[in-house]
Amino acid sequence: MEFFERFAVPHASPMIYASMVAIALVSIGIVVGITYFKKWGYLWREWFTTVDHKKIGIMYLISALLMLFRGGADAILMRAQLSAPEMKLLDAQHYNEIFTTHGVVMIIFMAMPFIFAFMNLIVPLQIGARDVAFPRLNALSFWLFFAGAMLFNISFVVGGSPDAGWTSYFPLAGNDFSTSVGTNYYMIAIQISGIGSLMTGINMITTILKMRAPGMTLMKMPMFTWSAFIANVIIVFAFPVLTIALLMGTTDRLFGTNFFTTTNGGMDMLWANFFWVWGHPEVYILILPAFGIYSEVISTFSSRNLYGYKSMVGSMVLISLLSFLVWTHHFFTMGQGALTNSIFSITTMAIAVPTGVKIFNWLFTMYKGKIRFTVPMLYSLGFIPLFTVGGVTGVMLAMSAADYQFHNTMFLVAHFHNTIIPGVVFAMLAGLTYYWPKFFGFMLNEKIGKITFWLLTVGFVLAFFPMYITGLDGQARRMYTYSEATGFAPLNMLSFVGAALMAIGFVTIVYNIYYSFKNSPRDIGSDPWDARSLEWATHTPVPEYNFARVPQVASSEAFWDMKKKGHQLFKGEIKDIHMPNNSGVPFVMGIIFFIAGFSFIFAMWVPAVIALIGIFVCMALRSFEQDHGRHIHVKEIKEIEAQYGEVPGNENRSHTTTRV
Amino acid sequence: MKELFPAKQVMGFVFSLILTVVALLVYFTDMSFAVGMTVLLITAFIQAFLQLVVFMHAGESKDGSAIYTNVFYGVVIALVTIFGSLLILIWDM
Repeated sequence: MEFFERFAVPHASPMIYASMVAIALVSIGIVVGITYFKKWGYLWREWFTTVDHKKIGIMYLISALLMLFRGGADAILMRAQLSAPEMKLLDAQHYNEIFTTHGVVMIIFMAMPFIFAFMNLIVPLQIGARDVAFPRLNALSFWLFFAGAMLFNISFVVGGSPDAGWTSYFPLAGNDFSTSVGTNYYMIAIQISGIGSLMTGINMITTILKMRAPGMTLMKMPMFTWSAFIANVIIVFAFPVLTIALLMGTTDRLFGTNFFTTTNGGMDMLWANFFWVWGHPEVYILILPAFGIYSEVISTFSSRNLYGYKSMVGSMVLISLLSFLVWTHHFFTMGQGALTNSIFSITTMAIAVPTGVKIFNWLFTMYKGKIRFTVPMLYSLGFIPLFTVGGVTGVMLAMSAADYQFHNTMFLVAHFHNTIIPGVVFAMLAGLTYYWPKFFGFMLNEKIGKITFWLLTVGFVLAFFPMYITGLDGQARRMYTYSEATGFAPLNMLSFVGAALMAIGFVTIVYNIYYSFKNSPRDIGSDPWDARSLEWATHTPVPEYNFARVPQVASSEAFWDMKKKGHQLFKGEIKDIHMPNNSGVPFVMGIIFFIAGFSFIFAMWVPAVIALIGIFVCMALRSFEQDHGRHIHVKEIKEIEAQYGEVPGNENRSHTTTRV
Repeated sequence: MKELFPAKQVMGFVFSLILTVVALLVYFTDMSFAVGMTVLLITAFIQAFLQLVVFMHAGESKDGSAIYTNVFYGVVIALVTIFGSLLILIWDM
């Protein structure tokens, strides 16, 4: 029994026991269900072993939505706890765990897979490629992310959640103050999914540099591809810092090293420094692909080409550089001198310039455009003013002298939610609605989508704008309760109402998917939005080889040119297509990484070493494996193409467009 | 025969051995910390550059400029990170 005691939750509550039961029941239900419907073979063949960028993208998408609800449940619990003074819903320890997991889940396991979902789904199609450069590595990236996410999510029922904040500052995160295995979960789970992110970064950069369709120079790439490219460059340069910081933190906690301790020559502030050297670029890793999606959506639904293409690209390159020059603004109050703070204040404010350029470009794109108020466009229109408010409060926070007042208050919490929710979450939902028909063959219901948009927008404003006020009045973040005398109660209640509206909004998304699946028409053609760039030039849903013939590109809006200017997108004969083979190895490696991570977390060295050997065996096997892929032959391609009927962009047939 | 003999690589190999020996001198002779560190940093960077150009063939393919842009970007970010961290945690603390 002693062996199993380590897995007990140190700070259990009825809510956690209920979750345990629920997790057990759901897991059993899933296994029984799949077995009953005899779907194991299908899942293994079509999903677990797939290397197809579209299927991997869909798996990222599903995972991101699941994690959105996990993180959302944390959020609504926090707002409920703070909705009234002296609330007894959560105690201090439980509240600590929840704000920690909320932050980690939302950033690492919701926002990251969401952007990876769109990069996987869209980038190869936008550049006219058949898959990413390293399809099997892509599958491995996904399964590592998934292993990390699952590992992190079992923490609250096995051994206890991390409770040192999503920034996990030392010395609080050290063994002296965080005695449960929670912070080990933080270090190891993020490490595993971080390795996956780094691989995706390398994979996407190679794909974009090497696999563009003929004629597509760098300055003719669609804007989402540009944003994905820049974001992946930042990933490749920023994530190694996190990898090493997490490794040092892990050895501090597991092997008694002294990198971040306060004694024996350790330096706790070094963690904060490393964390934000990664953490600030991470913000731009999330927001740039979101900007890319807005660019596509705004241009499509304004029926105009994107205003200021070159300045869009230039401002993103500038942002990618500046994002590495500002990290100190996260800890202006740590004790460094005025000189340092002034330097980083100025670099921080400088970022507002390229961001402002982009905002104006979107406005000019809409100027005199024929705007269609579809759901994706509504999100984009909501984004511009709301995000600007977030940006302006960001400039307030950038003034280091004033930051001594704002630091660690709800003002900061309001600011970064104000940028991330309209910036990233709205973009992801816009992208979800916009690209849904491309991959699933039916549209999401516009009416329900608009209800969702308004619930989320009104909920967002109610939930977060009051925090600016309570923050300026002195409400500290991460405090689990407050007294009535503070006067914070009414505004916090308002926040709770807003959070509840947002929760309803997110539920309506699920309902919308269900409703549209049942009721939406399936004959929507391949271009339901009258869109402009190359991803719409193939069939809906997309065949596994994406394009039967490689498109010939002459501008950043090749598809629009084809529709309006008679540009010939597809020329020549259909040839055999070379495709990669499926492989079960990435899935198996994901499982082995999970086992290795779990063993490390609980310091069980025998299974840890065995699992590590297993990882190296998998890598060695891959090195000696002869796999030349397979060919889809012309006859087969023609049969598949015939099933779709009309071929968009075919030089012999005219094109039809289905309007919304 | 001349084009079959990898003169560039052999020279590079000899040069990298020399650099290694120079770096080892720091350990075996009695230098001050500042001099030793300077020698190590200089030999390390030349060594890394040598490996990149001679043995990893940077610049030989048609995307050579992309590789050098990447290296340059990486070096800039590394320097900013290192000197920024020194500024924050030591020089201005």
